[in-house]
Amino acid sequence: MKQLLSGNEAMALGAYHAGIAVATAYPGTPSTEILENIARMDGVYAEWAINEKVALEVGMGASYAGVRTLVSMKHVGLNVAADPFFAASTTGVIGGLVVISCDDPGEHSSQGEQDNRHFARFAKVPMIEPTDSQEAYDMMALAFDISEKFDTPVLFRSTTRISHTKAVVDVTRERKAAANKAAFKRWTEKFVMVPSNARVRRVAMEERIAKLQEYVEQFPFNEMIMGDRKLGVISNGVAYQYAREVFKDASHLKLTTLYPLPVNLIKKFAAQVEKLIVVEEIDPYIENEVRQLGIAVEGKKFIPMIGELNPEIVENGAVKTGILKAPASTATKAPPPSLPARRPQLCAGCPHVATEYTLRKLGVRTQGSGVPVSKNDIIVTSDIGCYTLGVYPPLAALDTCACMGASIGQALGLEKAGVSNKVVAVIGDSTFMHSGITGLIDVVYNQGTTTVIILDNNTTAMTGHQGHPGTGISARGEKATAVDIEALVRGMGIADVNVVNSFNLKSIETTIKKCVANPAPSVIIVRGTCPLATKKKGKPLAVDADVCSGCMDCMKIGCPAITIADNLAMIDAEACGGCGVCTQVCPNEAISEAQR
Amino acid sequence: MRDVNVLMVGVGGYGVILASDGMAEIGMVNGCDVKKTDSLGMAQRGGSVVSHVRWGQKVYSPMIKKGEADFLLAFEEIEAARWASYLSPKGAAIVADSVVIPVSSVKGDIPYPKWDAIKVILSQYSDKIYLVPAARIAREANNPRAVNMAMLGYLSAFLDLPAEAWTDTMRRRLPEKFMKSSIDAFLKARTEAEAAIRAKGA
Repeated sequence: MKQLLSGNEAMALGAYHAGIAVATAYPGTPSTEILENIARMDGVYAEWAINEKVALEVGMGASYAGVRTLVSMKHVGLNVAADPFFAASTTGVIGGLVVISCDDPGEHSSQGEQDNRHFARFAKVPMIEPTDSQEAYDMMALAFDISEKFDTPVLFRSTTRISHTKAVVDVTRERKAAANKAAFKRWTEKFVMVPSNARVRRVAMEERIAKLQEYVEQFPFNEMIMGDRKLGVISNGVAYQYAREVFKDASHLKLTTLYPLPVNLIKKFAAQVEKLIVVEEIDPYIENEVRQLGIAVEGKKFIPMIGELNPEIVENGAVKTGILKAPASTATKAPPPSLPARRPQLCAGCPHVATEYTLRKLGVRTQGSGVPVSKNDIIVTSDIGCYTLGVYPPLAALDTCACMGASIGQALGLEKAGVSNKVVAVIGDSTFMHSGITGLIDVVYNQGTTTVIILDNNTTAMTGHQGHPGTGISARGEKATAVDIEALVRGMGIADVNVVNSFNLKSIETTIKKCVANPAPSVIIVRGTCPLATKKKGKPLAVDADVCSGCMDCMKIGCPAITIADNLAMIDAEACGGCGVCTQVCPNEAISEAQR
Repeated sequence: MRDVNVLMVGVGGYGVILASDGMAEIGMVNGCDVKKTDSLGMAQRGGSVVSHVRWGQKVYSPMIKKGEADFLLAFEEIEAARWASYLSPKGAAIVADSVVIPVSSVKGDIPYPKWDAIKVILSQYSDKIYLVPAARIAREANNPRAVNMAMLGYLSAFLDLPAEAWTDTMRRRLPEKFMKSSIDAFLKARTEAEAAIRAKGA
């Protein structure tokens, strides 16, 4: 039956039909929809894990129990899960274990760009990568077979453009009922990695790769498409689609087994074409491997190493180096005029706005790059989530954002280095669960004085409102035990724990002032639900045009519901969620509930 | 059916994704190979939204090449200008007469251009430009949120499929509550488009 499926939907369905019994993940663009889809399927245990490391460790346990298991995450998630990823490579599996990494070339929604194909070679784990949704569905079945046949986890790589492209998929299989019943067999040489056992497994890993080297030569989705033999193009992933579109007449080699590479197939292809090029996103991964085989090849000479590719980038590169003739239509057009940009911003009614506005007002006063902070400024280390958008004007309230949970360790580091300014770490509830907890314990143990602000909107908002351990809602939408953040931080040894309403400017301000003055570490939980998650709206507010002085103070909160008309503020009643932050900011008391 | 490339552009929250999903499915149901992809960036937070929808015998790239979009279906005026370079010289720009002023314009850093200025930008790429009163059509159909259905209806008049090929899928997919008003908006817009095409003699 034909279905229109995104790459993520196809991977989920492929795994379901391959008979998975367990699926775990931590949300992260562009991987999130994989687990969201599986959570709607019967007969699979699906969970949002606290972070990717735990997700993979849960996956290992399930595999050891003998059942097929899928673990999914975004590219930087595999950094977090690197430790169990290498460990799983060492022990191998019982039930098939497939780890999906969704890379984000171009950083559509990420703090960094990285090519996770390197992880496969690094950890000695076989990797396969589809070029469209059909292959995402079909190859998932093979991934589980490979995992069990070769006693190894399998890395299944996708990218934003594969995960988030819908394409026609011929769904040919049905759910293979979770084939194996869970049963653990004691096997210390395999599961207990003390050095004496690990050394034996180390040999098994190399033997496995040698066997896989033979296997990939016959892998059905590696494909030679012979056309004009003057040019041969090797490509993988979505770059294959661009290559087919741009080099219409050329010969193509599509690679779907990226580690190990089918060396003989590559040699065979190279021998049949006059000139060989590689079209691949991010690093020259295939190109370097091909060159090491002693084959002349070009790739990154004309295909950029940075960012996401698209057909015209590939075409322009090929034209510039003379591989392709310039297209006929070269009509020159006036350069595009500068149009007002649409930067992403915090929503109307967002519970993060008041805190970021207050931090800007109290502490982040010196602005600019490389400018020393003034004596009384507060340094604001921040983290990964919607609130990171507070870096943009008018809020401009953040000093750092690096990786999940980093805000707290960074704050302690600034303090211990001897910076005299007060430091505040800002982190969301889901990110705090993910990897803020360990940082905060480090603050307590090492006698830090940092104030940590936990913006608790009761959801993982940025990725589309998934549950986390603090929410009390499971991946399937069922009731779960909610972790009590106040009790948790008290248990760590924080005595100064405060809970404030996220829309009450005055109480946010007094609490921050009190906490930064405290020579002991403190936590402020700023609590208010995400209006997009609850789908609840308050009564819209309106500006009294007779009272508004046009001072523009309300514009400083960066609310998308507030605009300017005839030099006075105006509130879009459709967009306004009635949170009341602007009312508290207005010096003229010009904003109140709209009269209907 | 001939190959069709449609670039749908707009602002988060106005139904661009729903429209492009719908169009992709209609292509598949009517026997095309189909690919459709979105560029959302940090998605729902007020940024630009772009969807590429491709129908064809065999579609490789999910993304349309610059200069090869048969239709630029813009749900907002400056978004039409921003993506104008994707238009094929033979393509048509179909633009909703809707304005969503970005924060960067609110404070007056870069003024929001008037429609005439946007038209000048578009006309560098194609002379087929249609301004659609999509909000009015949706209101007349008693569903102000059906702007996306009005846009699809307008576009449909330029393509080979009969109206039923579209409305059949809509009937299967739309929730009961919005079905009649959505289909009304679609058909009203299709009728207006047919009149506009006749008027231009295109």
